[in-house]
Amino acid sequence: MLSKAISRNTGPGRPADMPERRREARAAYFFLLPALIVLSLFAFSPLVFIFVVAFFDWNLFRADLHWVEAANFVELAGDERFLTALRNTTVYVLGVVPAQTLLALLLALAVSWNIPARGFFRAAFYIPAITSSVVTSIIFLWIYSKPGLLNYVLFRFGIEGPDWIGSPKYALGAIMAVNVWSTSGYFMVAFLAGLRNIPASLYEAARIDGAGPWARFQYVTVPGLKPTLFFVVTLGIIGTFQVFDQIYMMSAGGPVNATTTLSYFVYNSAFRYFRFGYAAAAVVLFAIILFVTRVQRRIIRPEAP
Amino acid sequence: MMKISVVRRRVARSGILALLLVAAAVFTLPFLWSLSVSLQPPGDVFRWPMKLVPDPFTLENYRRLWTEIPFARWLLTSAGVALAVTSANLFFDALAGYAFAHLRFPGRNVLFTLLLATLMVPAHVTLVPKFMLLNALGLVNTYTALVAPAMVQVVGIFLMKQFFESIPRQMEEAAFIDGCNRFQVFWRVVLPTSKPALAALGIYTFQGNWNEFLWPLVVATTSDRFTLPVGLAMFRYEFRVEWTLLMAGAVLIALPTLIIFLVFQRLFIQGIATSGLKE
Repeated sequence: MLSKAISRNTGPGRPADMPERRREARAAYFFLLPALIVLSLFAFSPLVFIFVVAFFDWNLFRADLHWVEAANFVELAGDERFLTALRNTTVYVLGVVPAQTLLALLLALAVSWNIPARGFFRAAFYIPAITSSVVTSIIFLWIYSKPGLLNYVLFRFGIEGPDWIGSPKYALGAIMAVNVWSTSGYFMVAFLAGLRNIPASLYEAARIDGAGPWARFQYVTVPGLKPTLFFVVTLGIIGTFQVFDQIYMMSAGGPVNATTTLSYFVYNSAFRYFRFGYAAAAVVLFAIILFVTRVQRRIIRPEAP
Repeated sequence: MMKISVVRRRVARSGILALLLVAAAVFTLPFLWSLSVSLQPPGDVFRWPMKLVPDPFTLENYRRLWTEIPFARWLLTSAGVALAVTSANLFFDALAGYAFAHLRFPGRNVLFTLLLATLMVPAHVTLVPKFMLLNALGLVNTYTALVAPAMVQVVGIFLMKQFFESIPRQMEEAAFIDGCNRFQVFWRVVLPTSKPALAALGIYTFQGNWNEFLWPLVVATTSDRFTLPVGLAMFRYEFRVEWTLLMAGAVLIALPTLIIFLVFQRLFIQGIATSGLKE
């Protein structure tokens, strides 16, 4: 360590009296500076500031600003649209995450088989994931309309389909299906990478021990995919919590709030009704609800993660 | 005995192939059909029986995109913003990733945990305060507002850190002895060997920013600052729904990301593999 420090101190432009440790730290902060400035402004301070905004009646376009204590929260608790948004978001996450995870896993397993045109299939499943959500929303808006492609296909099978996005009964499910369709290709690639990380020797050993295909899947593939599964489910939950684009483009939260999710509620409160304090309070209240349910689960079932 | 298992495997293989073909149709037909609608003359796009091949065929919708709506303007904004954001990320994410991978400094682990924690925060949580900040700075509806918040992304820092950790340090040591300072080592020795990771990050960032919707929707308030997705969304809401024109716009927005993907498929997959799974 010492000899290294001495040898480095002989280079030009290096203050010889500064210890190597401190010079390294100074360089590190210099390297981190741009990232820290941007993230402080647009990631860290907003997270703090939102707790302040939540206690104000704050309208940017009328220069008035009142401290309203907990009035925003009290109003939220009685706001039918907020409660609907909470319910819809829960349905959305609990519906889409398992479906897209399972579909992604199945696609990955099928594509990793020794079949012709694997590259083609992999690309075909991945394309929706790299396409703008505005584009896929417009396409599915057309597919889902009353005389659209989906109902035409159903008609050929003798079924008369509804106006999918126009009906409070089907709208949310229809948008959830688009989400599953557009993201499972991305997670398929994650599973493919996970599958490749399982050493072939494990399969060989299992085969020698007389394990059939199903047993090999159960005892080698599934445990080997655990880290990937964690990654996929975590990203899936975060992604579905913030679903906005499809809702905005396809249904605008309707019909009768059937597709109003939390992110859409926040957007509407802030950028349509210009109630920034109210929107911030919705986010804070939601975070509190999430936290409380987690703590509750810990208390009721301490062994649960 | 041998023969039975061979037959069974063949049957299973063709079964899987058939299922994959159906799945591939479900994943790609919506795109082909939208392409078909974009090539139909304006009018009734819901004529049953529906046909995939447009008849009569026309490029009229694509011509109208350039003449009747400010599509060219939106395209320029989108491309400019995405390129600016991508170059900023390549430089800043690499700098920060290098510090985390190869330098020791007080607070390193705390800082890294903090960064990872921001990945768990959904976008709409910071949306309102972010907008208020830009409004206070008088930056709403500027290119700065479209670019600045996206100049650094935690996923990018993480991806570069993972890559730098795999680079042996001997090369850097040699450069130190030749009298380079740390930035010179980073710039002349480390970055040139990181081209695959930089390419993966660049493609990932460009594609993500090209498709970004919520943030430009909020900070771009007049048509001359719209990006393509926002422009198309506004078009859908402000005019009566003209499906053929809308689909032509959709096809043109999807085209660049599709081409980039088909050309650089490998890098996409590599990006996902290194960003999430090896830790």
